Amino acid sequence: MQDDSIIKVKNVNFHYGDFKALTDINMDFEKSRVTALIGPSGCGKSTLLRLLNRMNDLIDGTRVEGEVLFEDKNIYDSNVDPVEIRRRIGMVFQKPNPFPKSIFNNIIYGPRLLGVTGKGDLRDLAEQSLRQAVLWDEVKDILGQSAMMLSGGQQQRLCIARALAMKPDVLLMDEPTSALDPISTAKIEELIEGLKKHYTIIIVTHNMQQAARISDYTGFFYLGKLIEYNLTEKLFTTPDVKQTEDYITGRFG
Amino acid sequence: MYLSSVMSRQLKEIVIKNIFFLFALVSIFILGLIIVFLFREGVPIFKVVSVKDFIFGNEWYPTYDPPDFGIWPLIVGSIIVTLFASLIAVPLGILSAIYISEIAPPLMKEILKPVIELLAGLPSVVLGFFGMVVIAPFLQETFDLPTGLNIVNVSILLAIMAVPTISSISEDALYSVPREFKEASYALGATKFETIVKVIVPAALSGISTAVMLGMARAIGETMVVLMVAGGAAAIPESIFDSVRPMPASIAAEMGEAPFRSDHYHALFAIGVVLFFMTLFFNLIADYISTKFKEVGTATL
Repeated sequence: MQDDSIIKVKNVNFHYGDFKALTDINMDFEKSRVTALIGPSGCGKSTLLRLLNRMNDLIDGTRVEGEVLFEDKNIYDSNVDPVEIRRRIGMVFQKPNPFPKSIFNNIIYGPRLLGVTGKGDLRDLAEQSLRQAVLWDEVKDILGQSAMMLSGGQQQRLCIARALAMKPDVLLMDEPTSALDPISTAKIEELIEGLKKHYTIIIVTHNMQQAARISDYTGFFYLGKLIEYNLTEKLFTTPDVKQTEDYITGRFG
Repeated sequence: MYLSSVMSRQLKEIVIKNIFFLFALVSIFILGLIIVFLFREGVPIFKVVSVKDFIFGNEWYPTYDPPDFGIWPLIVGSIIVTLFASLIAVPLGILSAIYISEIAPPLMKEILKPVIELLAGLPSVVLGFFGMVVIAPFLQETFDLPTGLNIVNVSILLAIMAVPTISSISEDALYSVPREFKEASYALGATKFETIVKVIVPAALSGISTAVMLGMARAIGETMVVLMVAGGAAAIPESIFDSVRPMPASIAAEMGEAPFRSDHYHALFAIGVVLFFMTLFFNLIADYISTKFKEVGTATL
């Protein structure tokens, strides 16, 4: 069997204190594809996403069982530095969260941490990232101004550009359009379409149409379990599991 | 029936509104009275000595004949001890705030926070006593000085008094930095230290600056500690081991012996006026930083 998966989740259980948020998750994420995670609120899809770059480490009282293999190496091994993982697996959050710094300084925040210091290099990187995030034309003349004065949709694309400036292998997106208007949403979906040639994208979304529009694979979660994981087209037309069908047709949720 | 109940409800609203207004007015009125009184008792000294000679005069001999009313040594004393105290208290206060807010495990946080706040509740006379019987002899022996009651001693104690103010206000500012900023930084592969230095502290800078200003205002207005351990020499100091006589110490020490409404008495009130302006200045800066600087500052970091 040909193995194109970049991340493999193996028998993962996850606990917040006494609460078990994920039960026995097995899932492979294919390289250069968009994978959508859907399901009702509290089903564990965001938890799984945050497991993939060890963001859950930041919450006290959490516990992980099982393995998450990134390029065949378990990122929860004791000798793995989460900082290293997060540099290669970028993340975009639900609420646009640019730093209260200038647009330019937002983009180069990550690369600077990596030790990129040349003025020209940083400028090129900023332009390249902003172009990738389809924001360059809107902000090229105001790079020195505060990112806080951009609109919500622009801020979110800035956050995507900021993540791309790290040249990650994988981009995790946690409901990136849920706080945005339909036009900004359309722009970001278009952007994701373009990005998937170079990046593996895993996106959590509440919006089933969005999942159907942009993803190649979709996983449906319910009560901390992965109910069905399939090609998007298959999952939304002829799902294997009855529960999935009920959810996508709106009969429960 | 209905109409009268509406009437009485409206009447009640009006009464309540006015009672609150009255209480708000009372505190402002009292503050106003204090200021008026301060000026009324202080200003007459300027019939005897010019404002310039009063502030910049180098000789403070209020009981000599003829007396000298130059408070420059007192002003310098106040500024020097405040400055040295800040040199100690600002790093200590800010770093402890960062530790409590960002680094300390929950249990440690729960111990440290109240302990530092307890420090703020320590009566200043107790601190002064500590300075006299512990720090002073130590300084005297270690550095072979004529007296341990000097700038170093008083600066240490004032720093101890300013640390809780700086630390607790800075901590509030750090704590209120949105979680989203921290998450964004971590998600970009920043370490905890990088996140603190490059994101959290800059975002909290206006609050931290306010904390520093209020801490300094606290130090410059402190009386008991400077009265007990500053040494009381009304001369411009030449070394950090010299004694000084900061303004509040002068007022507290001399007010009891100054005849009522004498020139000396008026001069002490005039020192109070100068002190009032200095603390007002600190508070205005703090206020300016926390409002103005916040809007522009955090956005253009």
